[in-house]
Amino acid sequence: MTPDAKGETVLEVRDLHTHFFLRRGVVKAVDGVSFSLRRGEVLGLVGESGCGKSLTALSLMRLLPKGGAQTIKGEVLLGGENILECTPAEMREIRGRRISMVLQDPQTSLNPVFAIGDQLREALLRRKRAPLTRAPHAEVMKEAVAALRRVEIAAPEQRISQYPHQMSGGMKQRVVGAIAISGEPGVLIADEPTTALDVTIQLQYLKLLKRLQAETGMAILFITHDFGVVGRMCDRVAVMYAGRIVECGPVRRIFEAPQHPYTRALIASVPKMTGPVGRLTTIEGQPPSLMDLPVGCRFASRCSLVEQRCLDAYPGTVRVGDEHTADCWKATPA
Amino acid sequence: MKRYIARRLMQGAVLLCMVATIVFFLGRLTGNPVDLMLPEDATAEDRAALTQTLGLDGPILDQFAIFVGKAIHGDLGTSIRMKQPAVDAFFDRLPNTLVLIPWAILLGMLLGIPLGVVAALHRGGLLDRAAGTVAVLGVAMPSFWLGILLIFVFSVELGWLPSGRMGGPAHYVLPVITLGTFLVAGFMRITRSAMLEVMESEFVKLARIKGLSEAVVIWKHCLRNALIPVLTLWGVFVGNLITGAIVTETVFAWPGIGRLTYEAVIYRDFPLLQAVIILKSILILSINLAVDILYAYVDPRIRLA
Amino acid sequence: MGSKARVRRTARVPWIPIAIISVIVIMALFAPLLAPYSPIDQTLRDKLLPPAWMTGGSDKYFLGTDAFGRDILSRLIYGARVSLMVAVLALTVGGGVGLAVGIVAGYVGGAVDSVLMRLVDAAFTFPAILFALLLSVTMGQGLGTLVIAITLLLWASFARVIRGEVLSLRQRDFVALARVRGCSAPRIMLTHILPNVLNTFMVLVTLNIGVVIIAEATLSFLGAGIPPPTPTWGLMISEGRGRIADAWWVALIPGIAITLMVLSVNLFGDWLRDRLDPRLRQL
Repeated sequence: MTPDAKGETVLEVRDLHTHFFLRRGVVKAVDGVSFSLRRGEVLGLVGESGCGKSLTALSLMRLLPKGGAQTIKGEVLLGGENILECTPAEMREIRGRRISMVLQDPQTSLNPVFAIGDQLREALLRRKRAPLTRAPHAEVMKEAVAALRRVEIAAPEQRISQYPHQMSGGMKQRVVGAIAISGEPGVLIADEPTTALDVTIQLQYLKLLKRLQAETGMAILFITHDFGVVGRMCDRVAVMYAGRIVECGPVRRIFEAPQHPYTRALIASVPKMTGPVGRLTTIEGQPPSLMDLPVGCRFASRCSLVEQRCLDAYPGTVRVGDEHTADCWKATPA
Repeated sequence: MKRYIARRLMQGAVLLCMVATIVFFLGRLTGNPVDLMLPEDATAEDRAALTQTLGLDGPILDQFAIFVGKAIHGDLGTSIRMKQPAVDAFFDRLPNTLVLIPWAILLGMLLGIPLGVVAALHRGGLLDRAAGTVAVLGVAMPSFWLGILLIFVFSVELGWLPSGRMGGPAHYVLPVITLGTFLVAGFMRITRSAMLEVMESEFVKLARIKGLSEAVVIWKHCLRNALIPVLTLWGVFVGNLITGAIVTETVFAWPGIGRLTYEAVIYRDFPLLQAVIILKSILILSINLAVDILYAYVDPRIRLA
Repeated sequence: MGSKARVRRTARVPWIPIAIISVIVIMALFAPLLAPYSPIDQTLRDKLLPPAWMTGGSDKYFLGTDAFGRDILSRLIYGARVSLMVAVLALTVGGGVGLAVGIVAGYVGGAVDSVLMRLVDAAFTFPAILFALLLSVTMGQGLGTLVIAITLLLWASFARVIRGEVLSLRQRDFVALARVRGCSAPRIMLTHILPNVLNTFMVLVTLNIGVVIIAEATLSFLGAGIPPPTPTWGLMISEGRGRIADAWWVALIPGIAITLMVLSVNLFGDWLRDRLDPRLRQL
């Protein structure tokens, strides 16, 4: 499924800054992130843990963790409307219906004291099309069964009255998926949805997400630290490092001709399924502290190609190819 | 679920046996039980008769068997002061306590749980600190003194409320506040910390992702989970209520089982005290069992295990 | 990321509670020097005098007198003695029993552990005050009875927390090493486990001082504490209770002393816990 390059843009993020204001200082966890997402496409957001991927996602949902996190700058255009300017009430209308999210850990994503059907029902009642608000309970439950069937849960009629602790991790994550898409959102954020699952279950879940996307045409922002999964799932990839996107482009281009040294290092550290067994490389050193970021390139301290200019100033975003950009002094402009 | 209840019943029976054993041996190991169980002016015939019925001249295990046998048939001795079976004295007074306790629990829950939720929502804020101060104070004040203070302010100085004895609704106000204060503080503290934990959880995030209103997120998704730790502390609360009732009923001259306990102590009425403790233990165990069943209802992980 | 980086307020040293505790401890230690009158001798012609600042109050008796003409300030000062003595004894015995049970249950484990923990559960179910009342009737009132009674109240909560601590200590390398070296179980418990739970033990002791003071006062109030005429705060409240309409100071002043003392000790205990053992926060 190749994306239609002219598909309409459903989500555009411009220069997003989300910082933690702590007593000890300011943690610049998301520090100038821009990307766009088109209808029917899967954009991978890749990076090490702590690079700001999850916080980017939560900024889009406007569900920042408590304790000093704040989005201080930027725009999040959902269908052209900047949702950072919405009131909390307007934002609640948007969540679930226009933008939704699947969380990382299925074990804790479902409320342990309510039956699956009940939790699904809450989401279904918020559906835009064919409203169920006035429908009798039995009808809503029928819809809930259908929603479970859609995420390929066996015997959904029985499952509906069960509780989360009676299900396996993979099954719970399917339920979370069903809940997330019940409001028929145009954009789905999937924050490492398979990290907590067994490998075999992971593949099934990725296939399911692909299928649901094909059916609904929603756009998916797929967050992962695993480049192997990116190749399987995504149309385009954005590589994030220390609060910024350092390279972005079509999956094939990124794999074949990565421009940023960090991207190259990441790809080299992924074991290849095919071809000769080469040496796996690891990236030396630590990412810079988000509280005390260097003026120059943030990868400079770990980069093997570092030069003086890398330390003096941050490289601008360079267009290196069709839809392909990189933040590196050494990248060759197209 | 049935197995769960059956197991709880078994545990309760074992505990009750332990209590009865302790009570029995405390009565025997210190001095002569006849002295404890008869008034000081008892005649030699009375003493001989009691020694006969309790088998006090036999080995201690036989005495224990007699004690248990009588207890099973509802005979826990005769009150020295009231000259009536101790069990009857207890059941005469029980209703007066049972009309008091639910109001104290209601006060504790209706005030403590919402205050705990609000304190958690405004963590570190003014409301949270105010609630925290009330909780710390509620724990530091001995409840019998609080009762006397309330009488001084509302009965003596202001003359608004009666200072004691049973009667119309006005008679309930001060005893219920006295008995319920520690519950308010307790419920508030536990609800607050449980809410703080639950509010950070992923399922609450998912509830928000669904676009549910803040009210539903807090009062349905968070609170239902936060109530689980609140319920686990019920066992402790029930024990505290029983002790609190002794003090409260003493201060307010309320003729319930708490006041009865106090009278048994100051009049050194051992048979009555012994009966009261065993019967109160049964009461505590029954309430605990009821709470355990309620607990299973709230937490499906237990109900369906 | 970041969500774990929470702002934590650094607790300030609770100077006011420390000052209040110090005053009360000094009162207790030097009672004979500080008290203006004997706490027991009755001066019936001076009975029920209000505190000095009220109309009718006498400069001789700063906090007034009770129904037997005894000086309330002097009784309060001597009462601090009883409260603190009971607290020290009961916490030593009750805390000690709990400490021993906790260490044995946690270290030995198995059937010993489950039996001991069942007992702990049972102790939590039944209010210790009931058994304390029973003891006062069978054994008679006195310091010994009171200490045993409060021990019944304390040991279970000590045992439960210490056991939890020992369970995690048992997994640590230095314990395994000691076992490999051939140390006997009692020796390991005494020389390796005990020193490592002392911090927790001290925090528990501090947090329970208030519990003991309230329990002692309650038992005194119910006529199951130290027998009169020895002044205790609980007994003073009990004696003043009937006089609340015409002489409020007799009952209310000792209650203020108890509340201040327990409040101070609890605030100090909270601070100590946050300093020494923040994991105990859930208690």
